[in-house]
Amino acid sequence: MNALDQYLKPQAEALSLRNKRMEILGSNIANAGTPNYKARDIDFASEYKSVVGQGDLSTTNVQHISMLQTSPPGQARYRVPISPSLDGNTVELHVEQLQFAQNTTAYEADLQFLSERIRNLRSALRGE
Amino acid sequence: MMKALTIFDISGRAMSAQQVRLNAVASNLANAQTVAGTPEEAYKSMRPIFKANFPSQQMGQGVATVDTDGIYRSTLPPEKKYSPQHPKADEQGYIYSAAVDPQEEMIDMLEASRQYQNNIEVLSTAKSLILKTLNVGK
Repeated sequence: MNALDQYLKPQAEALSLRNKRMEILGSNIANAGTPNYKARDIDFASEYKSVVGQGDLSTTNVQHISMLQTSPPGQARYRVPISPSLDGNTVELHVEQLQFAQNTTAYEADLQFLSERIRNLRSALRGE
Repeated sequence: MMKALTIFDISGRAMSAQQVRLNAVASNLANAQTVAGTPEEAYKSMRPIFKANFPSQQMGQGVATVDTDGIYRSTLPPEKKYSPQHPKADEQGYIYSAAVDPQEEMIDMLEASRQYQNNIEVLSTAKSLILKTLNVGK
């Protein structure tokens, strides 16, 4: 069971992170007209590393420094606006739409990889 | 304590907020030609102010929806016109027409409709992704 979990984990974690990011970007778009609202986002790469725990070198001595420079997990950071507006709102619709589209495409790609893995698993189980 | 927000709550509430704004614009434009006998009675344009709503248990996660914080009345003075024949004119012969700037209202209307469209787009994208996820592994 653990092996199965391990096999599907990379895609499953990526999907839930993508979903979380979609909610954050959706919040930004929802608050496009709210005075003083600050747009937020998560850094997918570092969040993903902190969840899946890949990409770091093993530390065998206390003086070894982790290669991962991650923010605390689950923390959304503020976006730096290209041109801030007068009402203190930092949502720039084109940026949010772009990020949203990118996130959607990545979500679909992750989904594709996940189905592929499930199919592989099935064909291995059937012994085809 | 609010329950955890989903993308449907976020965009759904944002659409309601934009709806409030569109209603305010419609009321303002409908009343743009009204006149009154005193400056206090004259119609003053309404405008909703939005406020981000962060659910308490999702604090710090960047998830927020929108609330209407209140409807504010414009502080622009109503336009004073000299029209002694008008039935509503005061002793000096002045009437006061509504303090509504049609250009401003049109801009607000366009902005509201664009933001409404954006939220629909988010919603339909989220819906199609969820439907695809339901079919995974089939």
